[in-house]
Amino acid sequence: MGAKASMQLQEEEINEIQNETGFSPNQIVRLYSRFTNLDKLNNGFLSREDFLRIPELAINPLGDRIVHAFFQESNDETVNFKQFMRVLGRFRPIKINVEKNKLNTREEKLKFAFRMYDLDGDDKISREELLAVLHMMVGANISEEQLGSIADRTISEADIDGDDHICFQEFVRAMERVDVEQKMSIRFLH
Amino acid sequence: MTFTLLFSPALFIFFLVIVLASIGKSLGIRRLYVSVLIKVFEFGQGRIDHYEKNKSSAEEYDSESSNGPTENGNRLIERDIAISATEGISLPSNRPEYSLSLKKEFHISDNMYFAKCGMEAICEDEVTQRFTAEELRSWNLLTRTDRGYHFISMRLTILWCLGCIVRYCVLLPFRFVLCCIGLSFLISSTAFIGYLPDSSYKKGLNEYVTLVSHRILARACSAIVTYHNRENMAKGGICVANHTSPIDVIILSCDNCYAMVGQSHGGLLGVLQRAMSRATAHIWFERSEMKDRILVTQRLKEHVENKDKLPILIFPEGTCINNTSVMMFKKGGFEVGSTIYPVAVKYDSRFGDPFWNSSEMGMVWHIFEIMTSWALVAEVWYLPPMRKIEDEDAVQFANRVKKEIAKKGGLVELEWDGQLKRMRAKECWKSKSQADYSNLLKID
Repeated sequence: MGAKASMQLQEEEINEIQNETGFSPNQIVRLYSRFTNLDKLNNGFLSREDFLRIPELAINPLGDRIVHAFFQESNDETVNFKQFMRVLGRFRPIKINVEKNKLNTREEKLKFAFRMYDLDGDDKISREELLAVLHMMVGANISEEQLGSIADRTISEADIDGDDHICFQEFVRAMERVDVEQKMSIRFLH
Repeated sequence: MTFTLLFSPALFIFFLVIVLASIGKSLGIRRLYVSVLIKVFEFGQGRIDHYEKNKSSAEEYDSESSNGPTENGNRLIERDIAISATEGISLPSNRPEYSLSLKKEFHISDNMYFAKCGMEAICEDEVTQRFTAEELRSWNLLTRTDRGYHFISMRLTILWCLGCIVRYCVLLPFRFVLCCIGLSFLISSTAFIGYLPDSSYKKGLNEYVTLVSHRILARACSAIVTYHNRENMAKGGICVANHTSPIDVIILSCDNCYAMVGQSHGGLLGVLQRAMSRATAHIWFERSEMKDRILVTQRLKEHVENKDKLPILIFPEGTCINNTSVMMFKKGGFEVGSTIYPVAVKYDSRFGDPFWNSSEMGMVWHIFEIMTSWALVAEVWYLPPMRKIEDEDAVQFANRVKKEIAKKGGLVELEWDGQLKRMRAKECWKSKSQADYSNLLKID
């Protein structure tokens, strides 16, 4: 598999992806081999099925939301390698004094987290949306009532303009003291 | 004239192989062949390293965040958070930033734990990589593991061409003939033994014949197997082993006789199954019967309790794994209550990929790939027999045996079900990690 992978990936494509996402050529080749392994039909793009064939992702309480992020990026029913890499690029660690990359900024990482709550895509988190995501995370382990009060408290703490919704600016303020750089970064080797 | 000139040495070699197989001896030619191969691979790797060094110095790239320990070798990322169906949330890297004991109130940033974990799983996960061929550290001059290496140096190209000629024009026909001899010997001799009346003589003859035919078949894929701790070999009861390919059966049967358990097949495999059943008791099930757990256990039990019968060979993973890990053991064989003889089988994938990816290629193609590889080098460890201890259920016992096999074979022990190769993870498997997360929340 790895054999075919590096044969098909052209040098120019690697350079292009490297410029856009900041991954090293070696990482790009490795992730391409991963991409082709996930692509069971060998048609050059991934479907939701392909993602959810990873058992650990399928049993992730927020697995569906994570997979959804890839399809938001592609705006389609399929994800190609460049789109795949663009989403992964958000999870690269932030390196001090490297300015050339716009994908893995604190703001982009926060946007990713924000969109996981924003189920209907209206750029606001409503109480219902927050409650639904809370439900995904805790399952049946916490009572409806307690979840309701958690949602109410979270909204009232973050909401500044009093519309009972959390917009992205309010979300950013609520995250002021969170180490987003660490929590939303994967430690890539090599 | 030229015909006999070519034919008689070949005939002599076949004859020699069969005689050696029937007395269970080896002249050490295959071991010599393997040590020569290792030398050749080292030379090839030297050329590749040379090429890569030139290339990387030409386009100096500063690799970032590579402060991770180098023993990770083949890994792509360092995992911080992981989820499993049975263990829930775990923290493989033990970073101080994450804790599973500190209770705290819900914060809107909590989804980041799951986001990071999910994205890590997309880059690299423990399970799906077990269903594809193991990645090699160096090129073994086979086309299927090639990454465009055979173009980088003249000497490497010549070496690769020579290898192809040797493998496809010399080894393959030779192995193919051996395979045919082995199979027809197995089928005809077991058919003959089937007509003999039941006696200790019949049993002895069957054991001898099975050993010989499997040794011929093993030579047909140039198997070079080292058996360790043969004193622990199964004499009755149930022998369990990790599963990489149907070839496992041949590897193990070269050293001991086993009764097979499995589904009845059609075609060539079916002919083989029926022939073997004539000579001794094997346990074949119809597809519909396999689902009937009580019936299966019952028949295993009857077999094991009869002291005259051969030890049963079971692969409790129920599917082929790429020989880097041991996955969940099905409890079936462990419910019978007999002594378990664990066996660990570890292949050296440098000489050819032993893994049968049954969801992507057919059995015949797999055998073809094995027969066109360099060799099949394997180590087999017989582990001390194990029995179920008190207040242990079949699942716990199966896990204990699995752990021992993983340890001995140097394989990664996984809780995951090997059936995930074909089926999707179940929705209810989310509940353990959901419970783990809920336990972290401080609720008024």
